[in-house]
Amino acid sequence: MGVALSSVVAFLPPELGSRLQFGWTISVHILFASLSIGLAPFIVYFTWKDVHQGDERYARLREFWVSIFAIGFVMGTVTGIPMSFQFGTNFPVFSEVAGELIGGPLAFEAKMAFFLEAVFLGVLLFGRERVSDRTYVLSSVLVGIGAWLSGFWILVVNAWMQTPQGFELVERNGRTIAQLTDPVAAFLTPRFPWMFTHMMNAAVIAVALGVAGISAYFLWTNRDAVEWATALRLAIVILLISAPFQAIHGDAYARHVENTQPQKFAAMEAHYDTGQADLHLIAIPANPDALLDPRAENLWTISLPGVGSYLASGGDADAEILGLNEYEESPPVALVFWAFRFMVGLGFLFIGLALWGGTLLWRGSLTESDRFLEAMMLASPLGFVAMLTGWYVTEIGRQPWVIQGILQTDEAVSTSLTSGEVTITLVGFVVLYLALIGAFVYVLASLVESEQSRLTDHESGHDSVWESLPVVGSDD
Amino acid sequence: MTDVGTLASDTLFGLPLADIWFGLVFFILGMFLFLDGFDFGIGILFATRDEKHEREQLLAAITPFWDGNEVWLVVFGGALFAAFPAVYANLFSRHYLLMFAILGALILRGLAPEMYEQREDKPWQKWWGRAFIVGSFTAPFFLGIFIANWLLGTMALITLPGVITGLMVVALTVVDGVAFLRLKTRNELRDDVRADGFRALILYLILVVLTLGVVYITAPELQSALLSPLVVGLVVVNLVLTGIYAVATSFNRYYAAFVANAGLVFTLVSIIGSLMYPYIDRVEGLTVDEAIVSTLPLNIMSIGAALLLPLIFLYFGVLYSVFSGPIKVDESY
Repeated sequence: MGVALSSVVAFLPPELGSRLQFGWTISVHILFASLSIGLAPFIVYFTWKDVHQGDERYARLREFWVSIFAIGFVMGTVTGIPMSFQFGTNFPVFSEVAGELIGGPLAFEAKMAFFLEAVFLGVLLFGRERVSDRTYVLSSVLVGIGAWLSGFWILVVNAWMQTPQGFELVERNGRTIAQLTDPVAAFLTPRFPWMFTHMMNAAVIAVALGVAGISAYFLWTNRDAVEWATALRLAIVILLISAPFQAIHGDAYARHVENTQPQKFAAMEAHYDTGQADLHLIAIPANPDALLDPRAENLWTISLPGVGSYLASGGDADAEILGLNEYEESPPVALVFWAFRFMVGLGFLFIGLALWGGTLLWRGSLTESDRFLEAMMLASPLGFVAMLTGWYVTEIGRQPWVIQGILQTDEAVSTSLTSGEVTITLVGFVVLYLALIGAFVYVLASLVESEQSRLTDHESGHDSVWESLPVVGSDD
Repeated sequence: MTDVGTLASDTLFGLPLADIWFGLVFFILGMFLFLDGFDFGIGILFATRDEKHEREQLLAAITPFWDGNEVWLVVFGGALFAAFPAVYANLFSRHYLLMFAILGALILRGLAPEMYEQREDKPWQKWWGRAFIVGSFTAPFFLGIFIANWLLGTMALITLPGVITGLMVVALTVVDGVAFLRLKTRNELRDDVRADGFRALILYLILVVLTLGVVYITAPELQSALLSPLVVGLVVVNLVLTGIYAVATSFNRYYAAFVANAGLVFTLVSIIGSLMYPYIDRVEGLTVDEAIVSTLPLNIMSIGAALLLPLIFLYFGVLYSVFSGPIKVDESY
């Protein structure tokens, strides 16, 4: 890189640039990957209902959601390949240190999951006329298994980075590396079951909210859209189970984090001094400083004294919780603190929406309330927002470590990387991925638009009474 | 702390797993070049076709396949990471901008046809069509540069041997694309692309000879390997296969041409692997035995690969037989 360019971008050191780039690319990738994971069960259900029961409603739902799954999968593929390269390009020291532990699971992910998903999605998308019903349904199941398996293996890797075990540090070619000694311990780390459950459920919630929002939109514009009432009902039932479960599970998960990564837990609660921890039920910035430094004196809070200790320890209100002041270097506390609050707040919002929808469903008036349909439309992207904020808590909260207690992030970055190079690729990724998101939104919007014009064409002149519809197929 | 050093002992059944994985990494690279190669080739042929129905046929020929084909590149990265983590780390960080150039090209190639088919209007299709062509051309071109830089242990981004190798790989993907397209079409298009196939084949021949010559001149450390019986034999086989491809294409033996084309790709990656061995990263001076992971993960990986690779071939068997025969442009979901 020329001197001029280097000095212009001197504010972006290779480490920061690499972290921003990884953070940005993984954030976009997570959206598409979890779209596949969350949508997979819907696809299987719609395909099975359509093929086995020949129900017209489900044929329409299958076609619509398989189209969205397909474009999401393409986006997941094109954003996923850079992920598999960036460990090497930007974090070669991390790759070398952790290669024995995480290279295997990443290779298994590709061999077990990606091929399954990519190959049978081809059949699902273009093979309806070419294969038997049974093979067609099986293809949808295999695509779903592929999506979930990829989540399994990538979370094996991430969970190991949070609670590493099953290895021994050895000297190899002049570098200290982690050598695998116990594969079962290394693959099934203490964090893994927590993370897998929480993430898969988050994907289901995010997609259920998306399905509910789009269904609500079609119903909002056309009350006679029976298939969309079916989809909305299904999404609400799924949310009624998954949203409360996420809160209960999240509570226990936080306790596990306190036990295994006390520094991250302290950052989540902005708990500086070791001792009894209060629980901030609600925290509102009392002054602008709170946004960057969420210490108690900068916040206006409603707090339960000792409840932080009580929850983290599982019943002892006086339990000593390690504070951030115990550590030489803290994660960016403000980001972790506020991201955690956003995630939890959104989680409770989802429970509220699910209960609202459940009540309307119980009364048989799910599609009658404009206000409810509008709320679901507004909430449709929020599950993905909650998921990203949750990941920020997990990943930023682990800093300064990239592998908890083993390797710091600043030591993991490439030493040959220049500011100029990382700036070029970061800018490239920002532009390219914004274009990808734009393309996805464009395709989504045109799918919604064509579905809406189909609904208008077919249903015009109908003024049916809603309650009688669930048992009747649409009339095309 | 103990210095473990080289760790190719106690492998499963005493197999030379380090060498097997070295071969496997190149085999996977070959699978990617062969399968995604025809996607790239058809993307490049896109530039030669203006008729709407012809362009639709080109896209339809690869639509069900390209995504699965591209997974071989992910597996290439994954296998290299799992078996030779130090090489994965050094190689990918050394060729930083080149790796991202490949990734950018692949993103463009994946996105463009999806967008192309979204709308009917002319400027839209013109620009996304161009993006598709650019992505399809640059992806194998940059990949070729990467392969040359890897083999020669080059630090620089772009070098003469790199550019020649890149162009050779591009020519090979067109040869590949023509062979695949002639299997999938039944009309004039099938006859029309024959000339493109010959042109690409001649270019490939010239470029492969040039590449070997440039490597001989610029890399004295590879001269003895280049003249070894194995490499000379592989080069001869490669040249014979170009002849078979040409004859099969002239006589409209579509399957024979396609098989010869597969042979071209795999002999080419074998030549590269043979020239590189026993090194896997010349810049760091790492040989295959020095760079291999320790025995436990190696054994686990090997069992996994032995179980999964047949399954993967089964998936591809299913996919290619479901979509066998000529393409139907109107077919969709």
